[in-house]
Amino acid sequence: MENKKFFSKGELIIIFTGLVLPLLFYFSPYAQGLLIFIMMWVVLGTSWNLLAGYTGQVSFGHAAYFGVGAYTAALPFLHYKISPWWGLIAGGIMAVVIGYLLGVVVFRLRGPYFALGTLASAEILRIAFGEEEWLTNGHNGILYITTWVTKIPYYYIIFAIAVASIVSVKLLMRRREGYYFLSIREDEDAAMALGINTKKYKNISMIVSSFWAGVAGAFYFIYMGFIDSETVFALHNISIITILVGIIGGVGTIWGPAVGAIIMVLLQELFRSAIFGLAPQWVSGMHAFVFGLLVIFVILYLPGGVVGDWELIKKKLHLKSNTEK
Amino acid sequence: MGILTLNKVTKNFGGLTAVNKVSFTVEEGEILGLIGPNGSGKTTIFNLINHYYPVTSGEIIFKGINITHKQTHEIAMLGIGRTFQVVKPLKRLSVEDNIMAAAFARETTFAGARKVAREVLEFTHLDHVANMKAGALPIAGRKRLEIAKALATRPSLLLLDETAAGLNPSELDEAIDIIKAIRSELGITIIIVEHIMKVIMNISDRIHAIAFGTTITEGKPEEVAKNPTVIEAYLGTDYH
Amino acid sequence: MEMFLQSLISGLLVGGLYAIIGIGMTLIMGVLKIINLAHGQMLMVSMYIAWVAWYYLGIDPYLSVFITVPVVFYLAKYISKYLLNPLIEKDSILPENQVLMTVGIGIVLVEFMRFIFTSDYRSVQTSYTGQAWHIGGISIAIPLFWAFLFSIAATIFLFYLLMKTDLGRQIRATAQDRLAASLMGISAEKITIFTYALGSALIAAAGSFFLPIYYLYPDVGPEFTAKAFVITILGGLGSTVGAIAGGIVLGLAETLGATYIAAGYRDAFGLIIFLLVLVFLPGGLKSLTKV
Repeated sequence: MENKKFFSKGELIIIFTGLVLPLLFYFSPYAQGLLIFIMMWVVLGTSWNLLAGYTGQVSFGHAAYFGVGAYTAALPFLHYKISPWWGLIAGGIMAVVIGYLLGVVVFRLRGPYFALGTLASAEILRIAFGEEEWLTNGHNGILYITTWVTKIPYYYIIFAIAVASIVSVKLLMRRREGYYFLSIREDEDAAMALGINTKKYKNISMIVSSFWAGVAGAFYFIYMGFIDSETVFALHNISIITILVGIIGGVGTIWGPAVGAIIMVLLQELFRSAIFGLAPQWVSGMHAFVFGLLVIFVILYLPGGVVGDWELIKKKLHLKSNTEK
Repeated sequence: MGILTLNKVTKNFGGLTAVNKVSFTVEEGEILGLIGPNGSGKTTIFNLINHYYPVTSGEIIFKGINITHKQTHEIAMLGIGRTFQVVKPLKRLSVEDNIMAAAFARETTFAGARKVAREVLEFTHLDHVANMKAGALPIAGRKRLEIAKALATRPSLLLLDETAAGLNPSELDEAIDIIKAIRSELGITIIIVEHIMKVIMNISDRIHAIAFGTTITEGKPEEVAKNPTVIEAYLGTDYH
Repeated sequence: MEMFLQSLISGLLVGGLYAIIGIGMTLIMGVLKIINLAHGQMLMVSMYIAWVAWYYLGIDPYLSVFITVPVVFYLAKYISKYLLNPLIEKDSILPENQVLMTVGIGIVLVEFMRFIFTSDYRSVQTSYTGQAWHIGGISIAIPLFWAFLFSIAATIFLFYLLMKTDLGRQIRATAQDRLAASLMGISAEKITIFTYALGSALIAAAGSFFLPIYYLYPDVGPEFTAKAFVITILGGLGSTVGAIAGGIVLGLAETLGATYIAAGYRDAFGLIIFLLVLVFLPGGLKSLTKV
């Protein structure tokens, strides 16, 4: 945690690449769509990583904040025709409120019990939002004709959100808050003896984390133009995938979730498209299977994730090329 | 009126009384040794003072404030630092970052915390391993890191729990010097739990002896060392 | 009144089924100290095996126990040996890496089955499918009844195993204190692997009995995983008797809640009770009795 320049040269290059990338794919809405999903997962992964990777509170229910964000954008539109774009702010704030309220319950729990508590609360929300048809239109979902046909502006919006989320985590981790998050993660009892109000700092971590998840959810509605409770509160497709993005990229690293998001989206797409149609069609059914295998591999051999164990990966690759010579 | 007073403090775990009506007072600037055989309740007393466990009955007064029902982090902020017998380093952080995390108790800025950390590193002779991961430290270093973290919170009272256990003779001497310097240079009051008699007899001004959670005696080290009840509690009846 | 009795009996019977899911989980949680998020997926695997045995070989689902139990036992044994156990020594930032591993295993199992069997819903047709006994105005579904009897039998078997046999004592010792157990000459590693396999085998047996009751599709697992940990926490970690009580409480809560409050919230009742128990009764039902 050296107090150097805020962004290193490498990081600036990454951000610049993110800026010009959609221009390279200007004529391919398909590629732009993929880029948008990558950025959305960067936001979700970064959000989860702050709470789990840095603060040690492994949430299994990030769909709760994502879903609440999405519905905060969608409900005022459904009932009062208020533009869902307000949701980008309101969704984040509403997710914070829900996160804080749920925190009252789940922060009484530690370790695996916290994980189960978060999982259960997200599931309860999923069921409730599906059942309360008068409010949410139930399983029919909420439909919205998206603002633009072209994808480029959506990309830059979610890209800005992704960068902002990474910056917010980076900022926090260089301050007292960051040190306190790490202390709580490493040893909650020891942290208390150092005068750290662990409840307060877990809540701070939760507030920032749920905010970004909520913003991502609102964006999802604005971009996709459709949500229902099964999609945005999904245990597997949101909560679990968010965790796996973090793990594959590297928990407790700034850029881990970003790398994880890229790997996850591209790998899924590679298989879904049956390796661009080169492989037989049955391969397309394998995308989730291969992703599961990757998760197992990473946990077994790269417990720090791709970013966290980058040195290890380099060494292994280096060793190989040396022996080949 | 001392800096810390325990007044008939009792702790029950289920049916078992781990600490039974223990009372003592620590004077400002004093080093009080807390001795007793294994399982006599020394660490439990520390855990009661900084409220890891709630007290069953009795009260604890620190600097005139009743801290019996205050939370652990509040007690730390009032100025009671402690080390752990089973060391609790923040394993994946560097030694310096460990101390910085503690220093943020009184400092709000990165630069301020770092300055405190540097001072503490030097004071505890850990400066040469500042960038090492705390989890990679050998046991002597980890014990010292416990002291360093506690010091960085700027306590006025320090609870040292077996910080000398597992050290070799030269490390032991260094540890004794550091503990003495904590009082003489920083003016911090200390309560120390220790099994190694050499350490405790050497540095304590006064000793409070307990067995089975109850006070046996209190007094100057040489008096306590001669007390037959203490000898019996420690060495068994055959020793006479 | 009749409606109440009907819900009560259905709830009890379903609760019996849940108990058997919970017992496997409670065993695993007690010894491995992890939440096994692949638990329901083992049930799903077992149900597919039973379905194949019935569809292609005409074997009655109840008899397929003799196939599903050994197959899943060995599958779980290898999973535990090569995927979960090596993680104990691995230093990772999050201590939950074994739990996360079970997530990965769960995905692989589900997707593998989806790949082979597609996402279609399947079921078996037997002489007793959809049959019920009628006593007064109350009906008792026959497959549910047999499954209930089976879960009682399995519980007694497990209770005997844990309490009366050497193996059981070793399992209990390892659950209580892994280090102390290994100092006394128990191979904690072997016991851990065995326990995971045993817990999975129990739910595999349940799979054979569930097939005539529930529709089968690849995603049927996670639903039961959720129920399993609700039951386990409800009953109190590592307690067999607690798991039975937890199963029955969940079964009753779901059925009565669905009848009297709102049918759509059926799955939420368990989760709400679960959260309440986690927060207000951390030891589960077990802590009320001090057994």
